[in-house]
This record gives sequence, C-alpha cells and structure tokens, in this order.
Amino acid sequence: MSDWETVIGLEIHAQLSTRSKIFSGSATAYGAPPNAQANLVDLGYPGVLPVLNGAAVRMAVKLGLALNARIAPASVFARKNYFYPDLPKGYQISQYELPIVAHGSLDIVLDDGQVKRVGITRAHLEEDAGKSLHEGLPGVTGVDLNRAGTPLIEIVSEPDLRSAREAVAYMKKVHTLVRYLEICDGNMQEGSFRCDANVSVRHAGEHRFGTRAEIKNLNSFRFVERAINFEVARQIDVLEGGGKVVQETRLYDPDKGETRSMRSKEEANDYRYFPDPDLLPVVLDAAFIESVRATLPELPDQKAARFTSQYGLPAYDAGVLTASRELADYYEAVAGAAPADAKLAANWVMGELAAALNKESLEVTASRMTAERLAGLLKRISDQTISGKLAKEVFEAMWSGGAEADAVIAERGLRQITDSAAIERVIDEVMQKNPGQLAEYRAGKDKLFGFFVGQVMKATGGKANPAQLNELLRRKLSGWA
Amino acid sequence: MRELHHIGLSELAAGLRARRFSSIELTETFLGRIERSQGALNAFISVTRAEALAGAAAADRELAAGTGGALLGVPIAHKDLFCTRGVRTTCGSRMLDNFVSPYDATVVAKLKQAGAVMLGKTNMDEFAMGSSNETSYYGPVRNPWDPDLVPGGSSGGSAAAVAARLVPGATATDTGGSIRQPAALCGITGLKPTYGRVSRYGMVAFASSLDQGGVLTASAADAALMLREMAGFDPNDSTSVEREVPDYVGLLEQPLAGLKVGLLKEFFDKGLDPDNGQRVREALKVFESLGARLTEVSLPNLPLSVPVYYVVAPAECSSNLARFDGVRYGHRCESPRDLLDLYRRSRGEGFGAEVKRRIMTGTYVLSAGYYDAYYLKAQRVRQLINADFTRAFQQVDVLMGPTTPTPAFAIGAKTSDPITMYLNDIYTIGANLAGLPALSVPCGFVGQLPVGLQIVGPHFAEARLLTAAHAYQRVTDWHTRIPKAWA
Repeated sequence: MSDWETVIGLEIHAQLSTRSKIFSGSATAYGAPPNAQANLVDLGYPGVLPVLNGAAVRMAVKLGLALNARIAPASVFARKNYFYPDLPKGYQISQYELPIVAHGSLDIVLDDGQVKRVGITRAHLEEDAGKSLHEGLPGVTGVDLNRAGTPLIEIVSEPDLRSAREAVAYMKKVHTLVRYLEICDGNMQEGSFRCDANVSVRHAGEHRFGTRAEIKNLNSFRFVERAINFEVARQIDVLEGGGKVVQETRLYDPDKGETRSMRSKEEANDYRYFPDPDLLPVVLDAAFIESVRATLPELPDQKAARFTSQYGLPAYDAGVLTASRELADYYEAVAGAAPADAKLAANWVMGELAAALNKESLEVTASRMTAERLAGLLKRISDQTISGKLAKEVFEAMWSGGAEADAVIAERGLRQITDSAAIERVIDEVMQKNPGQLAEYRAGKDKLFGFFVGQVMKATGGKANPAQLNELLRRKLSGWA
Repeated sequence: MRELHHIGLSELAAGLRARRFSSIELTETFLGRIERSQGALNAFISVTRAEALAGAAAADRELAAGTGGALLGVPIAHKDLFCTRGVRTTCGSRMLDNFVSPYDATVVAKLKQAGAVMLGKTNMDEFAMGSSNETSYYGPVRNPWDPDLVPGGSSGGSAAAVAARLVPGATATDTGGSIRQPAALCGITGLKPTYGRVSRYGMVAFASSLDQGGVLTASAADAALMLREMAGFDPNDSTSVEREVPDYVGLLEQPLAGLKVGLLKEFFDKGLDPDNGQRVREALKVFESLGARLTEVSLPNLPLSVPVYYVVAPAECSSNLARFDGVRYGHRCESPRDLLDLYRRSRGEGFGAEVKRRIMTGTYVLSAGYYDAYYLKAQRVRQLINADFTRAFQQVDVLMGPTTPTPAFAIGAKTSDPITMYLNDIYTIGANLAGLPALSVPCGFVGQLPVGLQIVGPHFAEARLLTAAHAYQRVTDWHTRIPKAWA
C-alpha cells in the first residue's frame, strides 16, 4: 500500500460572527424558532436588494492578513444560480472569479514535529442557505430561513495535504486561527465551522492528480479523519480492482463510518455564475487594510514562538498551550503569578488542569480553578512546601472545594517533611521492621531501594521530601550513617 | 376656470396649496376618469379608490394646517412593479396576481412622504418585458390617440394614463426604453434618470444593471418636481448613488444659449421613419433658435446596443426571476407531485411567453461554454458603448435624436416577430447600457400620432435635460395636446 500517495485539499466554511447577516439586518443568533430571523431580504421578496455588511468584510480581511494572503483591491460578488427550496432567491451570492482573499499559506506541525506550509488558494465571502425541515411535518417539507444569509468565509486550500492526519492538523490550525481572530466562534456542533474534503490518490512519484471525490459537510475533526481514511481506502480498492474513481460528491455517514455517493443529479450542475449587478465591487484601499492589520492580535505561531523564548518551553508545549487564545492567556496568568518555574506551570496546565476541564467538558474560561489559585499551588511546589505528588491531592481539593492551596495544605497537614532528623528517624524504624529486605539490599539487590522509599513515604503519609529522602536513605541503607 | 384634468402636476400642487381646489375634488375627478377609461384603455391593473379618498382627505387636513410635502394632495399612479404595502403588486404577471406586498418601495414611500395620493397601479408589460404593453397578463393597454394602436411599453399603462389625463403624473421604469418609448408614442414627457439616481429598492427587478425608476408627466416642469421628490440615495440600494439631489424645479429657467447639442448620427438611420425624422429635425431647429449650437456626433458602437441589450438583460432576468418558484409567494400550481413538478408547473403557468423567452435566452447565454461568447462579449461591447458616450460628452453637453423609429404601431402588428419588436428600442437602449439620464418630449405629429425627441445627457445631468426640455416646451405646445376622446 505504501505505493499510494493521498492528495487532499480542504474547503473550510467558517461562519463569521457578525451580529447581523451578510446582506440584511436580520440577527444571526443560533437556535431561534424557524423563520424568526428571516426578514424580507432573507426571504427573497420581490424588489428587495442586498446590502453588504461591512463587518463581514473586515473579518475576511483580518483572516487574509493572518494567512499572509493577498487582499484583493477589488473583489466581486457573483450569483451562483440553482433552484432549491432553502435558497429563496434561486441563487446564492458568493464570490467567484475575484475573491477577497487569495494566495495565502498556513504552517502546520506534523506528527514528527516537522513544520509544513499549506497553501491557501483563496478565501471568499458568501451567504449561507436556509435548511429544509422534515421532522414532525408528515407529507410536507418545511423551510427554515434563519440561516439564510448568514455570512460565511470559505477557505480553500491547495491540494497540499498528504494524509488524513495532516488534513486534521490543518483544519485544527484554521480553527485556532479563526478563533484567535474572533471572526468565528468555531462551534462545530452548530455548523459554524465545517469542511468539504477533496480526496484523491495516485501512485507515489506520479505528477498528475488522481480523480477526486468531494466529501461534503464534515463537522468534526474525528469525522474528517475517518471519512478521509475510509475514502482513501475505498479509492485504492477501486483502483487496485482495475476500476476507475468517479469524480463525484460523497456524503460521510458517521454511524456507518463510510462515505457514499450522493444521489446523482438528473442534470449536470451549471451554476451560471455572473457578477451580481445588485452589489458594487468591494474596493479596499491600503489605508483600510492597514487599519484592519492594526487590530490583529498576536497570532498562534507568533505566540508559540514567544512562549518558547520567553518561558523556555519546548515547542510541543508552546504549540499545545497556544492552541486557543483563552488557554494561552490562562497559561500566561499562571506563569506570571508563579514565575519561579514556567515549565512546571506548563505541565500543570496541560496535565491536571486540562484533565479536570476535560472531565467536566468545561472551557478554560469556565475553569473552577482560576489561574491565580493554580499559581498559589505551584508556588508551594516550587518552594518545596509540598511534593508534586501531594500537590495533585491539593489540586483536587481545590477543584472540588473553594479553599486555597495553603489552606488545604494546612488543614490536611500535607506540608512536606524537610527536617532531616525526622526523616532519618522514620528510615531507622523502617530498616528495623524489615531486616530481611535490608539484608537482601545490602547483598546487592538494588531494586529494593524503591521498596524502602515506599515504606518511608507510607509512614510519613507521603510527606517526606523526595530528594532528601533519596539522599538520606541511600546513605542509611549502605550503612554509612 | 380650466377643467382640473387639464392642469399639470406642478400647477395642481400649487393650486392645492392655494386651496383653489381640494385633494378630494382632484382625486374624485381623476378616479372618475380612470374608471370611465378602463374599458377603452385598460391602463390600470388596480384602482385603489377607498385608499385614495382616505389619503386625499388626510391631505386636505394637512393642507388646511399648512403642513406637508411638495406633492401634498396630488393624485398619481404607480407602475405595478413598485411594491405598495397592502396593495396588490402584480408586475403584469399571473405569477404575482395574488401578491400583496408587505412593504413600500422606496420610491413609493418617498412620494407618499411628499404627500402624493396614489390612485392605483398601472398596467405594464409582464415584468417590464415588452415594448408594446401586449405581454401583460391583464391584457393590452390601448393608445389614447388611437385605440387600435399600442401605447408602447413596458410602462404603457402609466403613459396612456398620463396621455389621457387619468392622472397628472405616474411612476415608471426604464430598462431599455420603457419610459421614453411609451412617452413618445403617447405624446407625453418621460424621464429616465441616471442609473443610481432613484432607488431600485422595492422595484421588482427585471435587469438590475439597467433598471431605473423615473417619471411620466405632461411636461418637463412636472417631471422635475416629481423627480426631485423621488430621487436620492437609499441605504437599502447599494447601487443608488450618495449624491445630493439638486432642486430640479429651481434650475428649470436657466438659459439655453450656448448649449452644445450633439446630433446622434447613428440615430438618423434608414430605420427611421422619414416623417418621424422630420419632426425631430424641426425640434432641433427650435433648439437652435433658442441659442443651442448643433453639431453632428458619431457613436460608432451604438448600433450594437440592441444585441448587447438582448444578452445582458435576459441574463440578469433569468436570475432575477428565479425567486418566483411557487414556494413562498406568488402563483403555485395545484397539487404538485414533487419539487420539480412544483417548479415546472408553477413557473410554466405563472409566466407568459415573452418572459419565458427571455429567461431561456438568459439561461443560455450564462451557461457553461456560452458565457464567454455571449455574456462576457456583450459586457465588453457595453464598455465600448460607454466609452463612445464618454467621448461624445467631451464635445457636447447633450445628445439629441429621435426616441423611436416610428410612431405607435397597431396592436398585434409585431407580436409574432420578437426581433422586429426589439428593434423598437434601438434608440433608447444605449442610455440604459451606459446608465445615462435620458428624456423624451413630444415634438409633433405624424398624421394623428405623436412622436418624441430624445435628449440624453452625461451622468447626473438630469437638471440639464429638464432645463432644455422646459425651454423647448415654453416655445412649443406639443406637450399640451390631449387626444380628443380624452379632452
């Protein structure tokens, strides 16, 4: 199978978080009763006209700048004509020949730690369609146009991706980016962030692309990975069986874990694109573009680079911590309040904190453990008041209760024993109680060192300072002291 | 005192202010004329008697109080493709026979704001597609000068209504000549403003890059007043232009001396009826006597305007009319079997033959493989025509020529041959393609039938056109002629 190479390009649709729709004043909030957020423009009434929402343009430019792309000095909206009940005008307003953003790129980190640059062909603004409703409507189809006219930006990658893992890494990176830029809430369940995957395979070394299939509407990272893997295997099967891959649109069925051909259309699609005469070209001058650039936040890659240099973190940690702006902010608050050990802060944020959040499906912004409280705990580790092991107990107590680190340590008597004499006394007791093991150890069974550590820790309730204990125990067991 | 229906719109507005007559009197007078004319002319699709009388009564109260806008109490009519809240807006189509708009077009709202009282909605070619008003689902409109002839189109109802003095003024729209051609054929004044001067919001779209709302009135002075009240930037129409509206009325009396008039060479072609041409030449002499300087100007690409138009306009219409699908409003076929059947039968039954022809033509020219050869090429030629006009306006202030090749023709004479019908717009389409303001004034008769002189100006030169037309109308009386049957 290593003979085959996979070629993937993604078309990501991100819903822009404007308050109103792209061409009308209706609200875009999710979850309203059907058609409560559809005005005459959204309903495609006779005589109504679209008016472009400037906020959507700013967001598109923001994205373009973050992708190091070319912002078109003039981009043009076009009509994509087709009939469907959830498409009230009989055409979708999109951009075709002249998109607002073109020729960008985005770097992703591969599994082996290598950085790969993925080309962005274009990103264009368009309106979403409504949706058809069948549930609870026997014999008829309902149409909900709340979503009609919601602003989308479609981000089209070059066919640069070579595996499902790469595709997911790229999609995650775009997800991170749009959330950093605050242009999309990234909510995949609600469909705010979804993608179509163009997948083909070819023999390694072949220059021409194989025939591709387009898998529509993937709305989770897991589905992207599974759908692509299934599709790649399917195409290889077809080709190795002597068949040909058909260029077609396919749907991924998450229940069955497979892609299947969408019902073939009776006529071939001809969208008859042409410039929308109701809308003027979007003309952007350098001053406007610079004014948008001035609003760009520190971007994920810049932040990760800073985390490596400023906090001395490994690239992996910096990547994980900057995956969302909120997590990065949290980390910086912890590291700022407990500056003694930035790596320790990283470990705790990525470890205990992430696990606790994950368990309760909480966003970091909703964390019960504020950055300041966590920093309070980390300080006690750094100054050796408690051991790292006991700190986990303290963390749990702090997570479920409201007490601060110091209070928990005091209340539970978890303060670390750093008095050498006290530790020595316990070691002596342990040695007395276990003469057999002592003899074996002294006869060369080094492995028993751990046994003694465990016994002392058990006797001290885990509070003996581990470094001191090691040192003292080694000496005592050897009979030097 | 003259009969009320002989008084022009501006003078009626002034008379109402001076309380020489009431809005109720005027409204009753014109409603009566409309109702008596319907059988003969069929100029109206809807007559809104009750609403009109209520509006007139309210206007009279405001008149008494001395408040209100420049058209307070003046009866007008709207072409039936301007959406009017609570009143049926059919576009002359079975498709919208049952459509009651939930909102007012900007033009309707502005004229309402100015105090105008709507008497009804005028007949028109279906979705404004036609040059004779014969494509209307509600039957043809008849020319008040001769009921066997067409009034022109697509604003044939508005033109016939003003010509027969059923209303002193009416709104209209012009995509390829739909204001100027019926104005010429009915012997009245018609102004198509610069593209973007008047909001298209609420004007049911035929070809968005060409459509422009305008006015049909007896005189240029009346047109100036009505245009002043309905023009202006509209935040709901991205293609409307943010530019101050001049006081067209105040600018009417400017002297004409020195006005450089370009005679459009291409308009005096072999297709022009010699008598019609003669009337236009006589009008030009009048302008010369008023101090205008005439020079011949050539726009070499202008003869391509008909083929360009009949690619661009159908292309846009094929997309604009896609929303009429039987799903949300308008005609829906009986018990559709499935979605495709719903689309096919609703549209098949709802649209007439000319609309279907244009949707098919438009769909074809936008199709993959044909787009470049037709749509794109047409857009390129459109640029050439624009450039021709730009060049011409570096030499002259306005262009003049005939509005139509011939006077009104017989109902049914051209319906079997769409191309012959399309050629009726040969002199008017250029201004639409270039987005220029253009006006038609009556300039005499060929036999018993009026013909029009067309004046085209550079972008936003409406005041110049109106001033020229007004100067002409001060020394001629063609615009005061009323068909005998309607005197």
